[in-house]
Amino acid sequence: MSNPIISYNNIISSLGFNSQEVVEQIAQQKTGLCTVTDYKTLDRPFISSMVDPEKLKEAYQKIVPSAHHTRLEQMMLVSLSDTIQKANIKLSGRVGLIISTTKGNIDVLDKKNPFSHERAYLSKLALEIGNFFGFTTEPIVVSNACVSGVLALSIAKRLIKGQKFDHIFVVAGDLVTKFIISGFNAFQALSDEPCRPYCKTRTGINIGEVATSALVTKDRSLAVEESVEIVGDASCNDANHISGPSRTGEGLYRSIESALKEAKLKYSEIDYISAHGTATQYNDEMESIAFNRCGMQETPINSLKGYFGHTLGASGLLETIIGMHSLKRDTLFSSLGFRELGVSHPLNIIQKPKKTPLNIFLKTASGFGGSNTAAIFKKI
Amino acid sequence: MNNNNFIQGYCRIKDNTVLKNGELLFSEDSGTLNEFLKLAYQHFQTDYSKFFKMDRLSKLGFLCADVLLNNLKENNLFQENTAIVLANKSASLDTDRKYQKSIEDLDNYFPSPAVFVYTLPNICMGEISIRHKLYSENSFFIFDAFNADYLWEYTNSLLQNKKADSVLCGWVDVDEDSYEAFLYVVSANGNLNHTKEEITRLYFTNE
Repeated sequence: MSNPIISYNNIISSLGFNSQEVVEQIAQQKTGLCTVTDYKTLDRPFISSMVDPEKLKEAYQKIVPSAHHTRLEQMMLVSLSDTIQKANIKLSGRVGLIISTTKGNIDVLDKKNPFSHERAYLSKLALEIGNFFGFTTEPIVVSNACVSGVLALSIAKRLIKGQKFDHIFVVAGDLVTKFIISGFNAFQALSDEPCRPYCKTRTGINIGEVATSALVTKDRSLAVEESVEIVGDASCNDANHISGPSRTGEGLYRSIESALKEAKLKYSEIDYISAHGTATQYNDEMESIAFNRCGMQETPINSLKGYFGHTLGASGLLETIIGMHSLKRDTLFSSLGFRELGVSHPLNIIQKPKKTPLNIFLKTASGFGGSNTAAIFKKI
Repeated sequence: MNNNNFIQGYCRIKDNTVLKNGELLFSEDSGTLNEFLKLAYQHFQTDYSKFFKMDRLSKLGFLCADVLLNNLKENNLFQENTAIVLANKSASLDTDRKYQKSIEDLDNYFPSPAVFVYTLPNICMGEISIRHKLYSENSFFIFDAFNADYLWEYTNSLLQNKKADSVLCGWVDVDEDSYEAFLYVVSANGNLNHTKEEITRLYFTNE
């Protein structure tokens, strides 16, 4: 069986409420990051990219006039509604639903939140989303730290190739909450300025929020202009440390090698890398080691964290969708925030948007628990 | 999908007992889950000081995997390229609640990185990977209840596509006073057929 493709897609973010609108902003190097002053979340201003509450309310009320959903559910419903509507396929037993999130409705644990604590169970969130659209198969939640979004695409491909489903809708989302911000702050990982992945002057991470969705399908008649085939993918653990990246980039290196092998591609055939690049000291350094071990130091590379911050369980899907549009436009998007290389091994950071023929890109992600995922996408 | 895979062994930790392939290995009526896990750790001479830094979900999954994988190692059946596919209902809510308490009140605000890192269910797989040097595939799924169907499908796909030579899979859940671990190893060799029916039977047989 040939590989599944990624088709219809949507992004709900501070840069817009559909993929085209968001990609247009990125092409113009506009960031969604800004200073947020909210003392209920953190005792000092922080940098983030958050979904506008008024705009979300308006979009949500268009699809659900009277229902009662949490903020994350609203974002996911608005995003998935757009993708499902465009795909226009019957939600039969051959259609799956994968939800990618690290923390789901974690905000309901706060005593001031009006929703029941029950809503913090990720299966409850999944049922809200699945039942709203009338999915007839049990939703699958993937919660695998910061690789979840790209891992969800890999799982969708594997389940379709294994003939469990013909089509799978993947929706990914995470919120900016006091829970998450205080945690990264406790790790002293938050940057007080817009993040600068791979830069000498980088001072850490920004956390952002999006909801994003896409259709993964075996049916090529459902392809859209930006569609790509998922040609190879792998997830390998560092087996080293639960919160610190491997000093040898072990899991990321192995993931890329395994994905290349499956795709029957050489590293030199990759036109572009959409990397993880959180702008923490250790993560970016680890990536430079892993990419060099793979021989990819010359391959144009960016991190999109300078536009959205790190959007956790959504980031892998978000950045894959932008990579698809990058291929469609034959344009490399700039790695916003970068000034001067600040990792020990060379990388070819994209500093300005550049028109160039693009055919194949590699997406990578790494996260807590020693998790790493690599996936390779090819124009169809 | 063709399915010529087998279940090499299984282990269950529930109701203060540890059972491997249906055989009772350890039972102790202790007060709390943490206390029980500590006694089990001592009983199996685990000798791994990092164990005491883990949260309850990781401890439970770690011990269950340790019993199972050490047994395979003793019998020369352990495969280096072993993937981990786990699922549960409560994700990391047990530690999420603990962390939430530490940030709820500004007068009593003490967020700790050592707690925060365990607010992800896949950390449990990271701990198992570190212990047994598993550089393989990991995936953590959340379902409302034990779901043999998706575990079976996904495990077969990993083996068929040669992403792994064996898969450690199953259910590890901790939610307030209730807990349960049921893990099994799937590979090309073994005594039990790897079918949805067999997985479901082993899960519900309660031994």
